[in-house]
Amino acid sequence: MVNEDYTIRYTKNQVWEFLKEIPDPEIPVITIEELGVLRDVEITPTTIIVTITPTYTGCPAMKMFEDDIVSTLKEKGIDNVQIKMVYSPAWTTDWMTKEAKEKLREYGIAPPIDGTADKGVLFANGPKVVVCPRCKSKNTSLKSQFGSTACKALYTCDECLEPFDYFKCI
Amino acid sequence: MTTNEALINYCLRLGDSSLILGQRMSEWCSNGPILEEDIAMTNVALDLIGQSRTMLTYAGKLEGKGRTEDDLAYKREEREFYNTLLSERPNGHFGDTVARNFLHSAFFYHLFQALKSSEDEMIAAHAAKSIKEVTYHLRHSSEWLVRLGDGTEESHNKIQESLNDLWEFTGDLFEMNEVDEILIKEGIAVDLAEVKKEWDKTINQVIERATLTKPEECYMQSGRLNAMHSEYLGHLIAEMQFLQRAYPEAQW
Repeated sequence: MVNEDYTIRYTKNQVWEFLKEIPDPEIPVITIEELGVLRDVEITPTTIIVTITPTYTGCPAMKMFEDDIVSTLKEKGIDNVQIKMVYSPAWTTDWMTKEAKEKLREYGIAPPIDGTADKGVLFANGPKVVVCPRCKSKNTSLKSQFGSTACKALYTCDECLEPFDYFKCI
Repeated sequence: MTTNEALINYCLRLGDSSLILGQRMSEWCSNGPILEEDIAMTNVALDLIGQSRTMLTYAGKLEGKGRTEDDLAYKREEREFYNTLLSERPNGHFGDTVARNFLHSAFFYHLFQALKSSEDEMIAAHAAKSIKEVTYHLRHSSEWLVRLGDGTEESHNKIQESLNDLWEFTGDLFEMNEVDEILIKEGIAVDLAEVKKEWDKTINQVIERATLTKPEECYMQSGRLNAMHSEYLGHLIAEMQFLQRAYPEAQW
């Protein structure tokens, strides 16, 4: 008979490995680990508790993350999963790994520049220079603070004339 | 009134204001003046509704009667909502929406700035999280206020009129009662008179930059604290709750 006690069957690292490759539903080139959404895994004898944090409070992707975590673990034979949502410390784009930022750029989204670039000023027009992810030109301009999703702003490259998303710093 | 009762009411105030303003912004979906603004306004709506979820869920938990965020959003009557009077003002034309959001975002911005150090962990976390989003809302509405105020004669006059029309609903934002007293003592809530000082500074700065005139002091409407509302909230709630009322317990 298989031992049902999760603390004996799995280690925290093992479960983390199962989960870390789950992609962002809207930006499939980056994972929940790279994004910094996956915060912790806790194993109790009867339940595996996965702690995540929302990027934006109203981000529709969060429900997808939850469903994907539950179904990924189910495939591994783990039925009792509890998702814990934590709000503090608040998610910041600073948690995004360097590799994730590079993947975003390759995917056509200008990555967040740094945590303080957009902050604090009432009339800042975003960070000074957002480099076009396609042609690498620095000659770009902000079209709207809100792009295809709340986490992105809309820019246009004045060199190659292509519009592109910029992942805002929060 | 116990501290818990006061805290439940406080969470409803925060959650309801975000919810109602978010619902108002949702009304712009597909009706924006240009595509970018349509997207921007619905993004703001999404943030606000997300913020309300945290607070309504928490209020339900504190109450301990098993009510979920959905129960609180879809199954309460008009006289059980504690949102600000400003949040329920109709969208009007684009300038009216800009002016309302500007005044309200500046309020949220300074309120959350103060609540970041609340003794209640959940409120503090909520404030720290929300302020990141509200900063963008404030910047968005401020930039539009300036663009319209410092635009053509027509846009200037229209946005000035929007500000004047909304002014009598701004007093309600800063009113306090027993709930605030109890929670301020516990270090959970903040003195709204202090928030108002910061709010004044911000809006003065933007209004000046927009070449507009701050409306004159006038009679201020009140109601938020007693769940008394203008005639507009009932219609908004009727639309928002229609599905749950017509098909109880309907799920996605």
